[in-house]
Amino acid sequence: MDVLLLSRIQFAFTIAFHYIYPPLSIGLGVCLVIMEGLWLKTGNPLYHQLARFWTRIFALTFAMGVATGIVMEFEFGTNWATYSRFVGDVFGSALAAEGIFAFFLESGFLAILLFGWDKVGRRLHYFATWMVCLGAHFSAVWIVVANSWQQTPAGFRIEETPNGPRAVITDFWAMVFNPSSMDRLSHVLCGAWQAGAFLVISVSAFYLLRRRHEAFAKASMKVGLAVALVAAVLQLLTGHSSALGVMRNQPAKMAAFEGHYETGDMPVYAFGWVDEERQVVTGLRVPSPILRWMLGDQAHLQGLNEVAPADRPRVNTTFQLYHLMVGLGLMLLALALVGCVLCWRGRLFARRGLLWAMVFSVLGPQIANQAGWFAAEMGRQPWIVYGLLRTREGLSAVVKAEAVLTSLILFTLVYLLLLAVFLYILNDKITHGPDEADLTPGGKLAGHGRAEA
Amino acid sequence: MTYPGWLDLNAVWFVLVGVLFTGYALLDGFDLGVGALHLFTRQDEHRRIMLNAIGPVWDGNEVWLVTGGGALFAAFPNVYATVFSGFYLPFILLLFALIFRAVAIEFRSKQPMRWWRQIWDVGFAAGSLLSSFLIGVAMGNIAWGVPIDERGEFAGSFLGLLHPYALLLGVTTVALFMMHGSIYVVMKTDGDLQQLVRTWINRTIIFFIICYAVTTMATLLYVPHMAARVRAQPWLFSVAVVNMLAIANIPREIHHGRDFRAFLSSGLAMIALMTLFGLEMFPHLVLSNPDAAHSLTIYNAASSPKTLGIMLTIALIGAPVVLAYTVSIYWIFRGKVKLDRMSY
Repeated sequence: MDVLLLSRIQFAFTIAFHYIYPPLSIGLGVCLVIMEGLWLKTGNPLYHQLARFWTRIFALTFAMGVATGIVMEFEFGTNWATYSRFVGDVFGSALAAEGIFAFFLESGFLAILLFGWDKVGRRLHYFATWMVCLGAHFSAVWIVVANSWQQTPAGFRIEETPNGPRAVITDFWAMVFNPSSMDRLSHVLCGAWQAGAFLVISVSAFYLLRRRHEAFAKASMKVGLAVALVAAVLQLLTGHSSALGVMRNQPAKMAAFEGHYETGDMPVYAFGWVDEERQVVTGLRVPSPILRWMLGDQAHLQGLNEVAPADRPRVNTTFQLYHLMVGLGLMLLALALVGCVLCWRGRLFARRGLLWAMVFSVLGPQIANQAGWFAAEMGRQPWIVYGLLRTREGLSAVVKAEAVLTSLILFTLVYLLLLAVFLYILNDKITHGPDEADLTPGGKLAGHGRAEA
Repeated sequence: MTYPGWLDLNAVWFVLVGVLFTGYALLDGFDLGVGALHLFTRQDEHRRIMLNAIGPVWDGNEVWLVTGGGALFAAFPNVYATVFSGFYLPFILLLFALIFRAVAIEFRSKQPMRWWRQIWDVGFAAGSLLSSFLIGVAMGNIAWGVPIDERGEFAGSFLGLLHPYALLLGVTTVALFMMHGSIYVVMKTDGDLQQLVRTWINRTIIFFIICYAVTTMATLLYVPHMAARVRAQPWLFSVAVVNMLAIANIPREIHHGRDFRAFLSSGLAMIALMTLFGLEMFPHLVLSNPDAAHSLTIYNAASSPKTLGIMLTIALIGAPVVLAYTVSIYWIFRGKVKLDRMSY
């Protein structure tokens, strides 16, 4: 196998593995802010128990995110050195901002969030929870800005250097607010909120089915459902806005998402299969009145046949990934909606079938997030920086295939081990359940709570 | 924000990247040192106390490395690209070492089984040792110089990176972090564990001083370009003197039971070492050996002045905030470690 393929596999594998955890941290962070806020507001120790239990889960996902995240920063240099030389000037500011504004914030206040329950007052603790949650969001901001610049470069010029061409920043704010960054950021954050919320929903549903920790599970479920519903509804809007953005800025990518070969009004499929040889899509088309309402005057799109064959992404693969993401997103929205309505009417906790669906719903945002990112990144191919630098031109000049193969094998082994241990401990924590002792806050936290609640 | 023309932004970023890596050595240095010492006690409670001594802070300390790497990428992309792709396998190993260190801290105390804890104890110790060693090896290669071709790419081999001087710096770094870590543990503990670690401190100091002496001799004998700058500008010698006085002060403070001052001395010694290293390298970031003309400097490897300026603004806004809450967190978690329900 060649260096290009191995390096792409390794990057895809390590980023996909890493991306299991940050969305969970971001989403759980939001849930923690709500739970602890409810505790401060009502003084009900049940909410304290909620916050404590979910903090323990948060700590685990956060640790995995930190451990696998540092790999990503190194890999830009180790495997994609030429790309790093090309983008360093532009990427640099975003990465520096991420380190200073996000990582320090998260990791600093995480100490108080995890270990400070009895050491600081509850207001300061709540502040720390907010800061960790904000820090997690900031890190998403900067990395999505950097990635969006790769999709829709802006605010730069190309400069020749002895080491080859590079992009040099001309307008910082144009780089930050490049055409796709805000759409993609909001889309990513909604996906992350869903990842956290559906984990909360899943575990709560599991307890309810087993008739364990029922008071805890019901309170937890309500928080999870509320976050899930808000995120899923917003996701519909950000997804739509992102899709329109892709049509404007990366027409070849959208054409691949929908298997659109001939320039004209773009069809939209609910699902389907692209025969790349014959350039036909077999599948269920969304009726054109709905389409006209959705796309308005943007429906006309350049087809793949106007893109040189060497510049086209893989069509059927991106088609499938994109539709998997959209389908799962809609299903999650339906589940959150039904769950909220039934919960509102007080009938959710008896619906065992629905609760079982909720137990498995935790996989929904995970698969949708992964599919969405794979579609976005594979749809960008063959470019590593859209229209400017090809993926194969971004490789490290001096790294040999054997070295990448070695590291890829090691990553596979180590990550599989880590995943197994992570799931084992997560399962253990869930089986163990919330701590009864957390119903009576101790240390500096005690004293303000109302005993009868 | 525009900066005055006389301000050499490239030099500013040379200093700032140095500050970030020095901060990393000062802070994560004791975490890695604690890890390297972890297996020297067999008692589960001792090991837990040592883990919890770094528990609330190690993660924030590692951020100094992440941000240092980010700053290097941003300010000097050519150095970042050449070094990271050139040191491919050692850096991948460093990643695994850091991963095992991180997850071992998190996983170890989650299960009571003996075999479980033993596995993660070994992972924690091996990860910490290997990280310290590889960081030292990388420093050794930067000091010694690496082969660079005319395009600025690394032209050496993996085995070429493991020459004796680099390995010596690896061992010295392990010794330095072990000494730093043992002083930190003494500050954070009491009772029989503290008594035990006091016996380790003396050994780690001896271990470090031997390594330090050998490294200094080897540098003077075999790495003449590092000493040349000091010969040319004799005032730099004062930094070396500060470094030696700080090191000599450590056993003195320990002897008088002033552990915190010993820790400060150890920190000062590290700052002086890194300052000396930086001053001897300046304005080079990676020395090309044998062909010095291909060296990467703060000018030929840097981002545009505009980016350096933007980043300086970001750093000026962020740094006071980062320092403020870093200090607060160390303040909140001051004092001796007590195990409780939330502990590792």
